Amino acid sequence: MITEVAQQKQEHPMEKLLRMDRIPHIWCPTCGIGTTVTALAVALEQLELDLDNVAVVSGIGCTGRVAGYMKLDSFHTTHGRAIPFAFGLHVARPDMKVIVFSGDGDLISIGGNHFIHTARRNVDITVICVNNFIYAMTGGQVAPTTPLTAKSSTSPYGNYEHPFNLPLLAASSGAVYVARWTALHIRRLTTAFKEAISKRGFSFVEVIAPCSTLYARLNKLGDGLDLMKFYHDNSIIKHGADPKDIDIEYQSKITVGKFVDIEKPTFLDCLNNRNKEVFGDKYKIYGGGNGHNRD
Amino acid sequence: MKYWRTPLDIDKIKIPRGELHIIKERCKGCGFCVEYCPKGVLKLSDEFNSKGYHPPVAIKPDECVNCDLCEMLCPDFAIYCLRAEDVEKEVTS
Ligand SMILES: Cc1ncc(C[n+]2csc(CCOP(=O)(O)OP(=O)(O)O)c2C)c(N)n1
Ligand code: SF4
Ligand code: SF4
Ligand code: SF4
Ligand SMILES: [Mg+2]
Repeated sequence: MITEVAQQKQEHPMEKLLRMDRIPHIWCPTCGIGTTVTALAVALEQLELDLDNVAVVSGIGCTGRVAGYMKLDSFHTTHGRAIPFAFGLHVARPDMKVIVFSGDGDLISIGGNHFIHTARRNVDITVICVNNFIYAMTGGQVAPTTPLTAKSSTSPYGNYEHPFNLPLLAASSGAVYVARWTALHIRRLTTAFKEAISKRGFSFVEVIAPCSTLYARLNKLGDGLDLMKFYHDNSIIKHGADPKDIDIEYQSKITVGKFVDIEKPTFLDCLNNRNKEVFGDKYKIYGGGNGHNRD
Repeated sequence: MKYWRTPLDIDKIKIPRGELHIIKERCKGCGFCVEYCPKGVLKLSDEFNSKGYHPPVAIKPDECVNCDLCEMLCPDFAIYCLRAEDVEKEVTS
């Protein structure tokens, strides 16, 4: 049975989580960002969270548009500053779930220092990084995630700079939850989002996603569907893999899975514990509410 | 060689059925839904929407098992599937 939209009474299940006045979105045909947004929306729904207590924060870039499309408390920060804004929001409103959703350039290049220090301090936020291996929005410049030999508009003969391995960067900086999936692994990605959002501490999910217009085109890899097929044929699921062993090379196997899931006191735990030690009963524990810091 | 047996409760298993909804005007013709539908329900049509994309059409609508994969993978929120029973319930209530 099939109904066309003109006759249908129901609305798309995503509509309650999207700012419909802004849809259709700006993303190109076969771009993977929209698919990743669906995974987050489904994760939030399945977690049955009070959506008034969830905030999405993005920086600048194609991926950075996500904060503007989701019907949640959201903030579209300046370039690279999604994480510091999210950190501030978390400290001011520890009862909220704060989710950063941004691109590889935004989070790891201009925002790289915020990323490592917020992971180091185990701040209780979730960071989702759509890694399309490129600065897409500004015309496809080389990023700190561009694989060696891949072409970009500023590496027309192939990139010769070593890229970051994001799960390794997150894990070695102190993240307590680290996973990598592709936009094709939609159900596992949704599960990873649920686990990351439920995790107490700095959780990080890298999503390898197609950028058709720049990454695929400049490298003559076809379109986003061709990249999805590539992920299908070349992803290796290896839970618990050592992040040191999962570098991404140009058009070769991609290791995906959950790599880190550990317990560690969060930034606010440490703040409270230290002040309690020093000031004893005079100190009032900070951070109640219905978020992670309830206990 | 046969790797599976016929389940003993074959007559009791109910295969879920889905009712597909395609929002043609929102579609950008990426083909994700067509490529990954496990039942081969969809194909891109020859029809154009007002932006010039070819939205999908269900060629085997009765085989849809409401797995939601098309809905999950669609980057444009342009296709979704409801459980056929749920739809009927909505109609009668
Ligand atoms: C301070 C500052 N520097 C540079 C820019 C230009 N700029 C906008 S988006 C962007 C890169 C975005 O890359 P990424 O985060 O990977 O997002 P994508 O578009 O790939 O999703 C850059 C360099 C800017 N907006 N502000
Ligand atoms: S330029 Fe690339 S990342 Fe940006 S919307 Fe287009 S396909 Fe997506
Ligand atoms: S719900 Fe599943 S079976 Fe039905 S059309 Fe979508 S992908 Fe195919
Ligand atoms: S996945 Fe969505 S945008 Fe892509 S062809 Fe199917 S309905 Fe259209
Ligand atoms: Mg990018």
